[in-house]
Amino acid sequence: MKKYTILSLLLAASGGLASPQFAIAQTTPADDSEPELIEVDVEARVRKVAVPSFVSPTSAETPAGNTNALARQIAEVIASDLRGSGLFEPIGPSGLRAITLGEVTAPEYGYWKGRNADQLIEGFIKAGADGNLTVGCYLYDLGTTQEVTRLGFVVPPKEWRRAAHKCADAIYSKMTGELPFFDSRIAYIAETGPKGKRVKRLAIMDSDGANHRFITNGQATALTPRFSPNYKSILYLSYQDGNPRIYVYDVDSGKQRLITASKNPTFAPRWSPDGQTILYSMAVGGNTDVYKITAAGGGTPVRLTTAPGIDVGGSFSPDGKQVVFESDRGGNQQVYVMSADGGNQKRISFGAGRHATPEWSPRGDLIAFTRIAGDFRVGVMSPDGSGERMLTDSWQDEAPTWAPNGRVIQFFRTEKNSGKTGIWQVDLTGRNERKLPTPVDGSDPAWGPVLP
Amino acid sequence: MTKTMKTLALVLLATTALAACGKKKIDNIPPQADNTDYGTPQDNGGGAGQIIPGSQEDFLAAVGMNGDRIFFDTDRFNVDTADQATLQSQAQWLARYPNKRIVIEGHCDERGTRDYNLALGERRANAAKNYLASLGVDASRIQTVSYGKERPAAEGSNEQAWAQNRRAVTITVM
Repeated sequence: MKKYTILSLLLAASGGLASPQFAIAQTTPADDSEPELIEVDVEARVRKVAVPSFVSPTSAETPAGNTNALARQIAEVIASDLRGSGLFEPIGPSGLRAITLGEVTAPEYGYWKGRNADQLIEGFIKAGADGNLTVGCYLYDLGTTQEVTRLGFVVPPKEWRRAAHKCADAIYSKMTGELPFFDSRIAYIAETGPKGKRVKRLAIMDSDGANHRFITNGQATALTPRFSPNYKSILYLSYQDGNPRIYVYDVDSGKQRLITASKNPTFAPRWSPDGQTILYSMAVGGNTDVYKITAAGGGTPVRLTTAPGIDVGGSFSPDGKQVVFESDRGGNQQVYVMSADGGNQKRISFGAGRHATPEWSPRGDLIAFTRIAGDFRVGVMSPDGSGERMLTDSWQDEAPTWAPNGRVIQFFRTEKNSGKTGIWQVDLTGRNERKLPTPVDGSDPAWGPVLP
Repeated sequence: MTKTMKTLALVLLATTALAACGKKKIDNIPPQADNTDYGTPQDNGGGAGQIIPGSQEDFLAAVGMNGDRIFFDTDRFNVDTADQATLQSQAQWLARYPNKRIVIEGHCDERGTRDYNLALGERRANAAKNYLASLGVDASRIQTVSYGKERPAAEGSNEQAWAQNRRAVTITVM
């Protein structure tokens, strides 16, 4: 189970520091606590946060550009992250005045209150002699006129956006009490071409769509990718040899291998939370069941389901002890839970319509799914099947994937007739829904964990 | 020769018919699996347009309009009476060319989730394969591949289009 929380090292406010000191934010696994069903406050107030451009006290050229430009871009990324969560209404950096380095540690509370903001984010960027960038960010509450948190990051210039995401993550966590998720990556399928002959390419990007990269060239249809927990590999389906089969793609080397030597079609791959096991579906003589195999390769597949009918998909619980999957053994697609060894299979979805593509939240408290009842909608329910509710309402929303904090879901939406697809994001209130920017159409999103 | 000319005429007729209604109502047209790779047509030196016995063109001419495919109800994969007639026609052709192998593609409509459709397409292709095998076609001559909902034959989002997309298509290979 990968849970992360930002440990911000709060520095003593006293001591008359002339310039801010920094500690590198650390990510450490949090305690494994019992999954609990979080009540989502749908009436939560949107927080107005002023985000003026960061300060670049000394203009310096870096491989990522001039620090003056980066100072503004960092504020833009933070504002964009917070806005995208739907829980903040950032003001600036556009339209806000420049701040001084001194203000970063001694904000002009009165001035910013006058800008109709509840909170204020200030910070700075410096280029170090070793070529790295130091980014400091500070969150102030304008009501209490108190510092809420401060963080510092030392990053190579090419990773400046990660410093901005970490800063936004810390502020999001502080203000919402939820775990961070901005500093993470997404694998998905980029789609082009006519509906009858879509070209589908494996692609990856940051959680906000930046640093986009196509991985496959589209000659073979690629589907359903999943990042490994350490981001080093991607499981995905490719028709490379003419048949649908799962490959493990190594991100650094660009090499890939089949997960099993079997000639049968394999699909719907998932990693176990520790990255040691691969869950997948395999059709033998037309009959599909769920299997697992050692991720390192060379192991013998273990068949987990034997019921007549299609048993497909699946996703591990965060402790790796259970698997949620779908089966039509009862007549149509419904969601089932079983032990990771295949025991104790039982149906959990009993709401109206069919239930498909179950995905266990990394927090363990919820299972996201696609409900097919006329239209396709994305919803969530508890692991015991109770509390089912829909988060989206469109013609065809499909294949939810969880943000690492288990509070935001991505899925893809298909347009009627045109077949055009896009990746969308929604939070657990169902209110904050938006489309992610992708260079071309997108489907099959897969959200990875928070980066270390 | 007379026979060849006759089948050629049939194909031309079918093509013309397709082209004619294609302009009006594209949803009605099951394209002749234009997404699929038939392999390289053999040219035995015959004149242009001549059908080579045992070729994919010959197969399509022999089984007739839509004779290369069977259709399924939503979420179903059973071979019904109409499908049986189609597969019997395919089996007759396969009996004439015992060295020919086939690939059966299983397809689904877009109103299913991706992974389930891959499994369902596999079921449909296997249902067709099993029926052909029951008619005496050696199973080792038959390969299956599921495309799930990735390769619709009709591009509309309506019942008519979906009915055409829930299919198993037989393609001959060299």
